[in-house]
Amino acid sequence: MKRSLFVFLIVSCLLAVSAGCSAKPEPSDETSTTGTPYKIGVIVSVTGAASTLGEPERDAATMLQKQLDAAGGITDKDGVLHPIELIIQDTQGSSDVALPIVKKLIDDGVVAIVGPSTSYESMALIPVVQEARVTLVSMASSGDIVNPVSARWWVFKVAQSNEHTSPWQVRYAKAKGYTRIANLYVNNAYGEDGADAIRQTVAAEGLEIVLEETFGADDKDMTAQITKIKASGAEAVLVTAIPPAAAIFTKQYRELGVDLPLLHNSGIAMPTFVDLAGSANAEGVIFPMGKLVAVDALPDDDPQKQVLQQFVTDFTDYTGKAPSHFAAHGWDAIQLVLAALGRMSDGLTLDEQRVLLRDELERTKDFVGLDGVFNLTPVDHVGLSEDDIVLVRIKDGVWEYFPQEQW
Amino acid sequence: MPNFGPSDYVQLLLAGLSTGSIYVLIGLGLITIYNVTGVVNLAQGEFVMLGAMVAVSLYRAGLPLAVSGLVSVACVVVVGLVVHRLTIRPARQATDVTMIIITIGTSIAVRGLALWIWGTTAYSLPDFSPGPPVALWGAVVGRQRLWIMGTAGVVLLLVHTFFQYTLLGKAVRACAINRRAAQILGVNPEAMAALAYGLGAALSAVAGIVIAPLTLVSYDMGLTLGLKGFVVAIMGGLTNMPAAVIGGLLLGVLEAFSSALLTSGLKDGIAFLALLVVLLVRTIQLRPLRAAWPLARRT
Repeated sequence: MKRSLFVFLIVSCLLAVSAGCSAKPEPSDETSTTGTPYKIGVIVSVTGAASTLGEPERDAATMLQKQLDAAGGITDKDGVLHPIELIIQDTQGSSDVALPIVKKLIDDGVVAIVGPSTSYESMALIPVVQEARVTLVSMASSGDIVNPVSARWWVFKVAQSNEHTSPWQVRYAKAKGYTRIANLYVNNAYGEDGADAIRQTVAAEGLEIVLEETFGADDKDMTAQITKIKASGAEAVLVTAIPPAAAIFTKQYRELGVDLPLLHNSGIAMPTFVDLAGSANAEGVIFPMGKLVAVDALPDDDPQKQVLQQFVTDFTDYTGKAPSHFAAHGWDAIQLVLAALGRMSDGLTLDEQRVLLRDELERTKDFVGLDGVFNLTPVDHVGLSEDDIVLVRIKDGVWEYFPQEQW
Repeated sequence: MPNFGPSDYVQLLLAGLSTGSIYVLIGLGLITIYNVTGVVNLAQGEFVMLGAMVAVSLYRAGLPLAVSGLVSVACVVVVGLVVHRLTIRPARQATDVTMIIITIGTSIAVRGLALWIWGTTAYSLPDFSPGPPVALWGAVVGRQRLWIMGTAGVVLLLVHTFFQYTLLGKAVRACAINRRAAQILGVNPEAMAALAYGLGAALSAVAGIVIAPLTLVSYDMGLTLGLKGFVVAIMGGLTNMPAAVIGGLLLGVLEAFSSALLTSGLKDGIAFLALLVVLLVRTIQLRPLRAAWPLARRT
């Protein structure tokens, strides 16, 4: 009895598997206007140290999937409808987890991969996608992800680079007449990239870095670094980090009574920063970021205003939470790929799709996204500029657009 | 070499002492449990995390801060008792290695559960007494750091009084010294083991709650803290509480100074370097003892 049940199970399993196999190569209904379905891998760190990035990115992806399903997919330039499947995977903020996921996605025939959330995972994935010849649109911000383009032919990114945001930190210091700068950063790819951008701008603007210090992404006590700042004679403190480290830093910075202006980078641009640091501690912190934060204050003729307002409404309706700019990165990365797919024709093989998609992405012109207006070229795989950035100041726990006139 | 004045050194010393107090609390919990049950509880850090997490949840649910803290300690004590009853007691005949593996398993399970309940978000508790930092010998000390050191001091005093001057405390110690003899004299070793687990959990929970306002709370905070507590317990030879107190404070100060004077990246490495040194020194120290004491050599 037991044995026959076992045999029955085996046989039914085999049948199920073979049925799955035989069903696969059958072409979809050619007579309708439905074209090849496209699969896009979405890899984000929903859990782990970078979950504050990955969660909103995932939410943006599931929201888009819902909208795509409602529309039946995207329509290409010949009017053919392509169903879109976003395959969302959690990298746990770890390159070791991300690598096999990406290899599996490539084997499963995705036309492109969007993500991952962090710079260090992106760096680890570059050789894989370069070799497999599959496009990767990273949501992380480090400039090294796409530079040099010659060695990053298949890699793009949507987040503003530190080369776009960090100069604003320095520019503010210069405008206020501060010449001695303390350059603090978290010791990973993101922090080093920001610190590097600050070094370059500081040199170009004729200021001086009097202290450079690092801290770990999961450090709990930064008294040592802050004590060094006090002893260094710096006039302004420029930090490149993300919460929780950035929040702990800010908290202890206030606790130790340092009264120098504190300029963070766009990494703190998420609602949890103020919660974690405490509203009183976050007061007066200044940081650069995309225009999402300034959406209500933007002039009506700003090209992004309408897109931003629509996104804020959609995302808030969908998740019940206001979007962070990480949600915007997720949205932009997927939308850029979808737009490029929309400029392609039906009837291509997977390899042709992948190659053409890369080329089309590179030809993106005046794409109005959330992170800015994208103009990609064969030498610029980000396509943003410093004009897509504004400075923000935290006041009473709320981000406030901080236009140049108020500096 | 940074340009430090005397007040900066005071600053670092105070930061080190407050961090060290936390390590001491965790280390003492480990030692208490080890002495009565013979288990090196590598899940100790998870009690820290639970203490902080439960307190945060209760506080966010609207309870006053003090009540949240006390209820949280009580909850973690219950968790400690349950963990003891479910994982340690059934396996009390097992070897030391098995016991350690069990506690590692418990640690992973508790962390997984915490991830499931609270997610990956970091949380924060407000300072116990909000206000500007206090000036002390030219340094400025956040009020929360004073709370940490004060709480640790009071708790140490309570633990000391409990073990030295109460009948129950003496019974626990008797069990630690000689389980069989204590049993003959009418002490119930199982009850004492449970008590030790409860006490160890409470110490860690207190540590978690007092540092929550300073360092934020997340489901994975227990791992590093538990390991630091382990280093401290080892410094006390797993049995010597006064040595662990001194060791813990030293470790905190060492971390603060090394990250300020050398490089901040070294901080966590320092703890484990200290562990290695202590283990090596202890092994060397023990050798002549063993040679002089034939009984020990046989084992």
